[in-house]
Amino acid sequence: MAEIDIAAGREIDGFTVGECVHEGAMGRLFEVSGRDAAFPMLMKVPRMGAVDSAELMLAFDTEAMILPRLSGSHVPRFVAAGSVTTVPYVVTERVAGQSLDHRLGAPLPAAEVARIGAAMADALHSIHAQDVIHFDLKPDNVILRPDGVAVLVDFALSHHRHLPDLVSQERRYTAGSAPYISPEQVRGTRTDARSDLFALGVVLYELTTGELPYGVPATFAGMRDRLWIDPAPPSARLSTVPPWLQEVILRCLEPEAARRYQSAAHVAFDLRNPGQVMLTDRSARKERTGIVSQAARWWRARDLGSLPGGAKEEPDAAPVVMVAVDTLHPDDPRQPELQRVTRSILSLSREFRLICVSVVPPGPGIADPRAGDVQVEHRIRLRHWIGPLAIEPDRVSLHVLEAPDPAGVLVDFAARNNVDLIVLGAPAPDERTLAWWRSVASSVTANAPCSVHVVRRSGQPAQG
Amino acid sequence: MILALLSDIHANLEALRACLAHAAGRGAGQFAFLGDLVGYGADPGAVLDITAEHAARGAVVVKGNHDDALAASNAYLNASASAAIAWTRQVLSPEQRAFVASLPLCIRADDACFVHASAALPDHWEYVDSPAAAERSARAAGTPYTFSGHVHDQALYVSNAQDRMIAFRPQPGVPIPVGSHRRWLALVGSVGQPRDGNPAAAYASVDLEAKSITFHRVPYDNREAARKIRAAGLPESLAYRLERGI
Repeated sequence: MAEIDIAAGREIDGFTVGECVHEGAMGRLFEVSGRDAAFPMLMKVPRMGAVDSAELMLAFDTEAMILPRLSGSHVPRFVAAGSVTTVPYVVTERVAGQSLDHRLGAPLPAAEVARIGAAMADALHSIHAQDVIHFDLKPDNVILRPDGVAVLVDFALSHHRHLPDLVSQERRYTAGSAPYISPEQVRGTRTDARSDLFALGVVLYELTTGELPYGVPATFAGMRDRLWIDPAPPSARLSTVPPWLQEVILRCLEPEAARRYQSAAHVAFDLRNPGQVMLTDRSARKERTGIVSQAARWWRARDLGSLPGGAKEEPDAAPVVMVAVDTLHPDDPRQPELQRVTRSILSLSREFRLICVSVVPPGPGIADPRAGDVQVEHRIRLRHWIGPLAIEPDRVSLHVLEAPDPAGVLVDFAARNNVDLIVLGAPAPDERTLAWWRSVASSVTANAPCSVHVVRRSGQPAQG
Repeated sequence: MILALLSDIHANLEALRACLAHAAGRGAGQFAFLGDLVGYGADPGAVLDITAEHAARGAVVVKGNHDDALAASNAYLNASASAAIAWTRQVLSPEQRAFVASLPLCIRADDACFVHASAALPDHWEYVDSPAAAERSARAAGTPYTFSGHVHDQALYVSNAQDRMIAFRPQPGVPIPVGSHRRWLALVGSVGQPRDGNPAAAYASVDLEAKSITFHRVPYDNREAARKIRAAGLPESLAYRLERGI
């Protein structure tokens, strides 16, 4: 494999090479045009002839293998890959927007951190749903589109569940980026999507406080510290950090993956609904954990660290389930069946998030003193409805949406919250008086971004 | 062009037909039979005839240890395998036996090596069941691609930056890019006697232009194949394991 002289003006496989826009240790990025692309493009060319070029080629192969399998607005669109044996390159969409490292420095307001964090969590959820773990999430690898959507770039260290993991045995790449790497990556485990949630926690911490939770470790031993050392709580660095944000950040940074969020969708949800975040002792911490419990964790981490490849604990599926409850008709005979079905669906997952939604007609305007009453009344009805299911409070959230079009608002709410399954009732075929509800069920079924479970009362023979 | 890789057919006509039909549906135009055409199953003659027809049209065919045992000693086979080979000897025609005897142990063509077990000492029937064994075979092959069977489970090995092999368990139906700048060793699974708890027949196909390999699992009439084994008076365990995929 010879060093390929790629320079402005050259033609490669139908692409015209433009300016070099970035030159790094791994390779170079060029603007390119051609092939009638309707959007600006970048060509990534690996640096050849370096001492570690074999490892660079692994990283290049990994990205060239994974990018074509990814789709959606959270990744750059893949255009083409050159043959490794002739001219290795990857051409993708050049994402419009600014990379997140431009937002570093001074602490950002909590609302802004939540907005950016939720966008990043959406992006992670999208690639995780496509069987990919990024493994190198850091501000340089996140681009915020002008509309606020986060795009993940650089999949050179990534893992695809159904493709060989070329990176798996490379010590250097197992490392990822030292400040952001998860404890299990330090131990060499490359199959856990929750590693990305740890990195997300580091980025959230950095955006919130302007500092890195574990600094910039220069050695492998330094990276191992995060197996057992708690970072200083964000509020210890910046007193104005609200408890809900500290709760979210520290939950992402739990050394044991099983104690973190189990799904990026859950992080996104909490960041979008601060009032729904269930506060634990994490939110109130003012300083690092005491020396005794740190020592206990250090002892456990010693064991974990000694296992080759680390613990092989894969996360369970952690679905977001949304149930639409008609709180306008609390005595409707379908309600017990809807509760029964919801309970049996939730019993399939150890880890889940339940979103209970009621859609009510738009009430009086904000100016009207009765406006809040409608919300309160229907929230109480939702809480009453969910009561018999005996779900831990940190897994359920209640929402009363005021909208004239229930189907539209349910579909929209499901899309914005990465819902995996909508459960809702529908009238039996003979119940013509409930035609509006039937149209809600069919419209949601037709337009939902996810699975829909339509609940009817069984044992009602169809008539007519 | 799609190259279908079929190994460890073990005289299972139903499984072979199902895999060939599946491969035809995907546009396969080239075929490689990676050995163990006979042994265990009740249709050695029909399987050999289909294989010989493909060989006449240019298919790659190599010999496996069960094929080898037809002419040689079967002392090292286990009891049921040995009984099946003794039975097979009786039911094959001289032409069919001559076809098996004529098969080579290993074939290198372009950038691929086809061998039943390991390309390092093909007649030792070593099981390639570890990265180290895969490395020995791929190095001995000397080609970017090594295609084998013998081990009945599907696996893909690829060389890393240190030129060591990494093991990967492929997901059926997912094409995996296999650039020729790395060394790859594919164990294509068993058409006629899968043993991983899934009774569906296993094979793999390579897209020679796109340079990708896809592993497949194909459900077939395993009850019929088991019924024929019982009807032929072969050991019951050979029928049972086809029903359960064990």
